[in-house]
Amino acid sequence: MSTKKTNKKVYLDYAATTPVDKAVVKAMLPYFNVKYGNSASIHTMGVDSNKAVLNSRDIFSEYLNCQSNEIYFTSSATESNNWALKGVAFANKGKGNRIIVSAIEHDCVLNSAKWLSKQGFDVVYAPVDKNGIINLIKLKKLITKNTILVSIMHSNNEIGTLEPIKEVGKLCKEKGVLFHTDAAQSVGKLPIDVNEMNVDLLTASSHKIYGPKGSALLYIRNGTNIEPLLHGGGHESGKRSSTVNVPAIVGFAKALEICVSEMKQESIRQSKLRDKTIKNILKKIPNSYLNGHAVERLPNNVNIRFDFIEGEALMMELDNHGIEVSTVSACSSPKLESSHVLLACGIEKKEAQGTIRISLGRYTTENEITYLLEVLPKVVKKLRAMSPMGLKNS
Amino acid sequence: MYTDKVLKYFHKPINQGKIRNPDGVGKVGNIACGDMMYLYIKMDKSNKPETIKDVKFQTFGCVAAIATSSATTEMVKGKSIKDALKLTKDDLIESLDGLPPIKIHCSVLAIEALSEAIYDYLKKNKKKIPAELEEKHKIVVKHNKELEERYDEWIENQKI
Ligand code: FES
Repeated sequence: MSTKKTNKKVYLDYAATTPVDKAVVKAMLPYFNVKYGNSASIHTMGVDSNKAVLNSRDIFSEYLNCQSNEIYFTSSATESNNWALKGVAFANKGKGNRIIVSAIEHDCVLNSAKWLSKQGFDVVYAPVDKNGIINLIKLKKLITKNTILVSIMHSNNEIGTLEPIKEVGKLCKEKGVLFHTDAAQSVGKLPIDVNEMNVDLLTASSHKIYGPKGSALLYIRNGTNIEPLLHGGGHESGKRSSTVNVPAIVGFAKALEICVSEMKQESIRQSKLRDKTIKNILKKIPNSYLNGHAVERLPNNVNIRFDFIEGEALMMELDNHGIEVSTVSACSSPKLESSHVLLACGIEKKEAQGTIRISLGRYTTENEITYLLEVLPKVVKKLRAMSPMGLKNS
Repeated sequence: MYTDKVLKYFHKPINQGKIRNPDGVGKVGNIACGDMMYLYIKMDKSNKPETIKDVKFQTFGCVAAIATSSATTEMVKGKSIKDALKLTKDDLIESLDGLPPIKIHCSVLAIEALSEAIYDYLKKNKKKIPAELEEKHKIVVKHNKELEERYDEWIENQKI
């Protein structure tokens, strides 16, 4: 029996994952048991599968403005990011050993970088300002003759800040350094042009854009020196062996197609809802603050911190009202550590503790936001009344 | 992740709040995640031995911290000091049908808050303090200093 107060369900955790779009499921289905050929086989069934993969590749290359043969399908954004960092590091170690990543990267980039530093690479972290925007002047100084790769995310998964990727790309080009960007949160939400942005490698993920889980890609500019992570039968032009996951790729491509067709209106609609949410929370709840940049921000990201209370408790109170969000408070982290993103923005540990992320999506409605804005002040008040801190403000 | 019992205590905490003129207060915190717990006791001195007449808590922390502090207050209400000090984190965890392993430390904190409140009462009333309690107290004092530095503004804030 559920202990919940309500059977209402308001999902506001689209940055964690999204439901698979019905049209995506439909596009995938035949590739499970009707057109199930191995795309490497040259009989009819195999050729049909291969066509579906080629077709999917074209959808991505058109969106990213690259060649189809520069798209490599992988199993997750984590794999793509691991591959980008480790693959480039080992293929280019003759040129130098410095790798630069931003201080607010996703754990899969940071932990790959950490692992590389154990292998003797010189890993340095590029700082961000209080809104999470990369400091270009400091970044420039970090790029030495020894530098082989810079990896800076397009937009941050926690606070939604958009990085000046075009400027970073220009800088890397001038310095002759490879540039990778983790665009898992922005692909399908914002236009991306790898040439205009001077990006050499880019990570994208399917389950963030209403596609299936276990499907992602790495764009690698032709001519880039990179070692494979997976050795085997030579799939994906010998760069990423593994039987090609045709349904997952078809679903990912279909998901992107839908996102692209709706991008303009959805971005406007979600940005409006986002700003309404932020404005009202800050107005209705004392001692609440926005994390991240007010404007240079993903259209669907709201990240707020509340003094005197803890994020996991707040998240579970909201859950009790049927509202699903996420938190990065120390209490909710596996190592009981505050979010490295918030700390990098100069936010103190005690302030980071009361942070929640509310992320909107395709199916978020005005009504859902109205409901959130009704419930949130109440539960914050309830938890503050329980807290020994700052009672005067509750 | 959490059992229904934990969630029940969390959503409808028993004995939440402050006691005016308490006989003892235990203030403890966790330096890892930054959790703070205050526990207040009021004694019934007409009983022999004296019993805990009223007990309340205030917690700044996660679901487990709130649930374990509330359950602690419920379990020791009406008990003598000797019996209250017998309560262990395992009793607490069992009464909640279990806690996720990473949240065990929150239950440790609740027990610490209780023993600190008792320590405070014994000390103020110049009563004999068991050696074990004295030991526990020393550790708490060390942790609290660190936390007070982290939260000084907020603690100030609440005094106004
Ligand atoms: S209070 Fe931090 S984990 Fe429980």
